[in-house]
Amino acid sequence: MSYPLPIQQAKPTTRALYPIAIIVVLALWLLPLFAITLTSIRSAEDLMVGNYWGWPKSFNLFENYQAVFTQTPMARFFLNSIVITVPTVFFVMILSTMMGFVLARYRFRGNMLLFALLIGGNFIPHQILMIPVRDFMLKVGLYDTPYALILFHTVFQTGFATLFMRNFIAELPRELFEAAKVEGTSPWQVLWHVVTPLVRPALAALGVLIFTFVWNDYFWALVLTQADTVRPVTAGLATLRGQYVTAWNIISAATVLVAIPPVVMFFLMQRHFVAGLTMGAVKG
Amino acid sequence: MADVLRASGGRREELRAPSSAWRRHREWITPTLLLAPGLILFLLIIVIPTLQSFRLSLYDWDGLGPQTWVGLGNYRELISDPQFITSLRNNVIWLVLFMIAPVGGLVLALLVNQRIRGIRLAKSLFFMPLVLAPVTVGVVYTWFYDPTFGMTALIFQAFGATAPAILSDPQLVTFGIVAAALWPQIAFCMVLFLAGLNNLDEDVLGAGRVDGARGFLMFWHVVLPQLRAASFIALTVTVIGALRSFDLIAIMTQGGPYGSSSVLAYQMYEQAIFSYRMGYAAAIATVLFAVMAVFITWYLMRVVRAERSRDR
Repeated sequence: MSYPLPIQQAKPTTRALYPIAIIVVLALWLLPLFAITLTSIRSAEDLMVGNYWGWPKSFNLFENYQAVFTQTPMARFFLNSIVITVPTVFFVMILSTMMGFVLARYRFRGNMLLFALLIGGNFIPHQILMIPVRDFMLKVGLYDTPYALILFHTVFQTGFATLFMRNFIAELPRELFEAAKVEGTSPWQVLWHVVTPLVRPALAALGVLIFTFVWNDYFWALVLTQADTVRPVTAGLATLRGQYVTAWNIISAATVLVAIPPVVMFFLMQRHFVAGLTMGAVKG
Repeated sequence: MADVLRASGGRREELRAPSSAWRRHREWITPTLLLAPGLILFLLIIVIPTLQSFRLSLYDWDGLGPQTWVGLGNYRELISDPQFITSLRNNVIWLVLFMIAPVGGLVLALLVNQRIRGIRLAKSLFFMPLVLAPVTVGVVYTWFYDPTFGMTALIFQAFGATAPAILSDPQLVTFGIVAAALWPQIAFCMVLFLAGLNNLDEDVLGAGRVDGARGFLMFWHVVLPQLRAASFIALTVTVIGALRSFDLIAIMTQGGPYGSSSVLAYQMYEQAIFSYRMGYAAAIATVLFAVMAVFITWYLMRVVRAERSRDR
């Protein structure tokens, strides 16, 4: 039994209308995305005569997307985003497994305080960190390098990720750890041989989430980078918009390109993604 | 000979001694070593900068020269700064309108919580705005709102009217940006509520139906109480999301026209990066922090209490 009642038990008319209703709502819901995608394959001619919504005069899919890569630094921005995002995800996974293991399996004074600190850190406004972190990166010579963003994102995301891993490891069967203790297994061995193999699904969920968060970041890209050779796609797209004010087809194509990696990631790892986001929503 | 033996035995003892000491202490040394790197970085990049911002809010600083102590001067200036009042008012508008997200998310979740062919794909497509970068959402909606060729233009022309330039109208601009921000936020809440709906207690639902609860009564008295955990999280992420709003404003209007769509987060950034008023910016950030701290404390109290009761 579920709620609302299964549509199969509804009146025939409702049952017939239901899929149509879903499609209509979904079409409205995704209209903005559909519109931008359609614009991204339009020709400059279409835009000139104001044909933004009618049938395209010609389909310039290939030309427009090629233009994004050849006439704008978008390829470079893409590379920058990958250089920033991939190591961050990797470091966050390692740090959060280590910390989450300790927080879940050891009772010590300050455990709860640390837990609260990590949640608090996860929720604070980024602006409270902006000036000192920017200063710090300038002082240690990391400002305007990918390392500044890798370092900041790794630390910031580790807060959230540690909570996530802590909750996951705390749910693992207690007997496993008791058996390891009886056999005199060292904590390192427990972490490596017991915890690591079991947390793989959690790490997968975490990986997609952190990838999306870091890929989509705009604020820190603005604050910690300046040069086109360092800026990730989000900040890059914003700059392009200033330069190609009227070439909406090119801007649209670039926008679609920025969206593709997280969307693909989401569809490939959907179950993990949703499981990660809803970790706390089921039991509170 | 005996001396040699004793010596070697002694050496063996020496070798064993640290290892047994290690074994005795590893129960606390290992966890400390595991926590240390993350914790040190967290202190360095999150905790200390937060405290530094509090301190900086009591100084005048252009980012390069000497810092001058001004006490509460920055805060006194804030109270009489019309831009600050506008930003604060916009933050309130964001917060109030963002409450549409949990409601909208719940409605969509109820709509698609069925088992028919293709519903999985439909759900994924509903989730999609959630994974888009705010920059993407901002560009898409800026274009959508364009008064000459955007969607709004199309709708108004259909009724024979001229479309308002939403993003250049001080009265409308914040509402336009919030509408764009609601798009991914509703998707987020929908994901949370769908997870909640999948974990309803079937016995309670059955008992409710046997007792003749139907329609709104059933929803209000039987279903909603069971969605408490999902609602709590949806509400939290929505409040935090509303107060953190920055990206869409930066992309769509840069706070304009004439600062009418600015919020505290954006005004802070503007003061620091474009006006080089670090102390004043830090004061704005501190005010924003204080507002959010109220919600963070409320959230923490609930979560810590839940943790404690689970331990017992």
